[in-house]
Amino acid sequence: MNILKFITAGSVDDGKSTLIGRLLFDSKAVSHDILHTLEKQSRNKNAGDLDLSLLTDGLRAEREQGITIDVAYKYFNTSKRKFIIADAPGHVQYTRNMVTGASNADLAIILVDARQGIVEQTHRHSLIAALMGIPHILVAVNKMDLVGYDEQVFYKIALDYQKLAQKLGLQEVKIIPISAVVGDNVVNKSKNTPWYTGETLLQHLETVEISHDLPEDQARFQVQYVIRPGHDDYHDYRGYAGALRSGFFKKGDRVRVLPSGIETTLKAIEVHQKEVDEAFAPQPVVLHLADDIDVSRGDSLIRVEDAQPVVSQDIELEICWMSERPLKVGDRYLLRHNAAHTKAVVKEIHHRVDVHSFEPHAIDAIQLNDIARIKLRTARPLVFDAYRQNRASGGLILINETTFDTVAAGMLRELPREEPATTEFDI
Amino acid sequence: MSRSFDYLDHLEAQAIHILREVAGQFERPALLFSGGKDSITLVRLAEKAFRPGKFPFPLVHVDTGHNFPEVLAYRDQLAEKLGEQLIVRKVEDTIKRQGLTDGSGKFPTRNALQTYTLLELIEEFEFDACIGGARRDEEKARAKERIFSIRDEFGAWDPKRQRPELWDTYNGAIRKGENVRVFPISNWTELDVWQYIRREQIELPDIYFSHSRNCVVMPGGQLLAVTPHIRLDPEDVTAVRNVRFRTVGDATCTAAVESRASTIEDIIQDIITTKISERGATRLDDRLSEAAMEDRKKNGYF
Repeated sequence: MNILKFITAGSVDDGKSTLIGRLLFDSKAVSHDILHTLEKQSRNKNAGDLDLSLLTDGLRAEREQGITIDVAYKYFNTSKRKFIIADAPGHVQYTRNMVTGASNADLAIILVDARQGIVEQTHRHSLIAALMGIPHILVAVNKMDLVGYDEQVFYKIALDYQKLAQKLGLQEVKIIPISAVVGDNVVNKSKNTPWYTGETLLQHLETVEISHDLPEDQARFQVQYVIRPGHDDYHDYRGYAGALRSGFFKKGDRVRVLPSGIETTLKAIEVHQKEVDEAFAPQPVVLHLADDIDVSRGDSLIRVEDAQPVVSQDIELEICWMSERPLKVGDRYLLRHNAAHTKAVVKEIHHRVDVHSFEPHAIDAIQLNDIARIKLRTARPLVFDAYRQNRASGGLILINETTFDTVAAGMLRELPREEPATTEFDI
Repeated sequence: MSRSFDYLDHLEAQAIHILREVAGQFERPALLFSGGKDSITLVRLAEKAFRPGKFPFPLVHVDTGHNFPEVLAYRDQLAEKLGEQLIVRKVEDTIKRQGLTDGSGKFPTRNALQTYTLLELIEEFEFDACIGGARRDEEKARAKERIFSIRDEFGAWDPKRQRPELWDTYNGAIRKGENVRVFPISNWTELDVWQYIRREQIELPDIYFSHSRNCVVMPGGQLLAVTPHIRLDPEDVTAVRNVRFRTVGDATCTAAVESRASTIEDIIQDIITTKISERGATRLDDRLSEAAMEDRKKNGYF
């Protein structure tokens, strides 16, 4: 049994919370006392029937206003998989929450109201899903009961979405007609849609293949912490603790320490204090090197025979801007790329992407919720892969230097060919 | 070469990654240890993250004075066995020092008072990060809290000011006076914790397993252990029952459940078939209002 992490995105009234409530309810993940509270709350609100959306709206303001403010995490499992749901709000002003939820998602459920078809929010959510590199998209055409389960309505929306998906370069899309309120094709197959013979939503969640989502030929490791016990039993012990971000390492592999560029050999690999011959992502490991060289937190170890990462102080990236204070050329930020951190200055703003037409627009400043392409210069070289090729080593965050708030999610791009891949550092 | 990696491996890997980030990003972290199964699980994860080195943080226990003696004994033994530093501060002392009003009434809870001792501890040792065993499946407000949760100098959580948390990149940068609460097992459910305990063969305090105990039978059917910390009234019904505890908190507000489960395997079966959530079954303090946990967190509670 493995884990599928998915995000749900939809506009305010697309019935997103009801869908999650339905999944939890029909897969029997809701306990009695929570149902009891739910009944009480549903009555408080005069909502009539059991309001499944109350299962996800956790904060008081959310319940009062009947909206979702923040990403909420929910858990359930079936005999096939464990599921982690990040429920992201659909409001325009909360794009940053969807980006947050999307960053860890294997799959996105994008809700479309069958009566409305594809709307502005669908564009925004799909763009974010594409930008965040979510490998699997599930479009749930909801409220089919309100359009009389009309096959034509469903296929029209499916066709429209196909065009959208192609434009955005989405990797894999599945479209399912559902009604979250009634329960059609969510967990159980619906008799109301005899023309639909495909999987139910839950069946798809249970079976979608996610084991190949990270590249296997890019062994990437970043040092998080150096273990030096100091006492006599382990006098010479010096272990580099961290997680394998992608690919795999074998004992005896030639490895390169980056950004320094020094080569050495993997003397030993420990997993939970046991020596192993091989370790793979995302295992937490402790690595031992044959040579006594300077390696510290944030440094990368790369398998020499694998595809090599980019090492550079000049980086180009897509960002989602999450701060009320706009970003301008010349601004400085702290930058965190997994365990590596450094400072960065904004060199150039290429363009902002219109979230509805997907067209680029030239701009001077990047505003809250904007998606834009920029160039940065960093104080120390970063060791990374293009986000599109490797989600585990191509994402970074920008941090405000004085408030320390996280102000941007950044997705690194491949550098233009003419720039050498390894440059600008002393060994 | 087998590359099987199941959901417990995933949860474990995420937690170890988080613990190592704490070690890498903070100067004076601490692990809040209650003696409950969640913090015991954290200790096992810390062993996996840092052995054969020492933990880069002490274990810290806020002793409410209402703890079950079995749990305190377990705590001391574990610290001894690990060879790690254990810091204990008592709510009793905070009450005296700050002139606070102790909990009163039939079930005098010190749950809210713990926060004062915790804040004193943070100040005394200048802790910049406190690792805790809270899980998002426990309660709706917790479901929305980040893994790195920034608290202001009053320990308060502001749900509207939460930092976006992207990928597994954690931003632990803070201003003076602020501190971070870190929840490495955020994504674990109660059942995950038990399955992990079974897989790792982790020893637990006895009160988690079925034992016979004199209890007050509450009007709602809940069972509360008879201890010197609660007031017994003539109309109270007491009975000796076979019980176990699903969570280990204060003896005054943590109810027992009737159970014959005497092994971890039994407990897992119990949880799979049971229909009541963990906090719903055992916590008297969350029932006060629908937003009880949210309010306590805003006031600096874990």
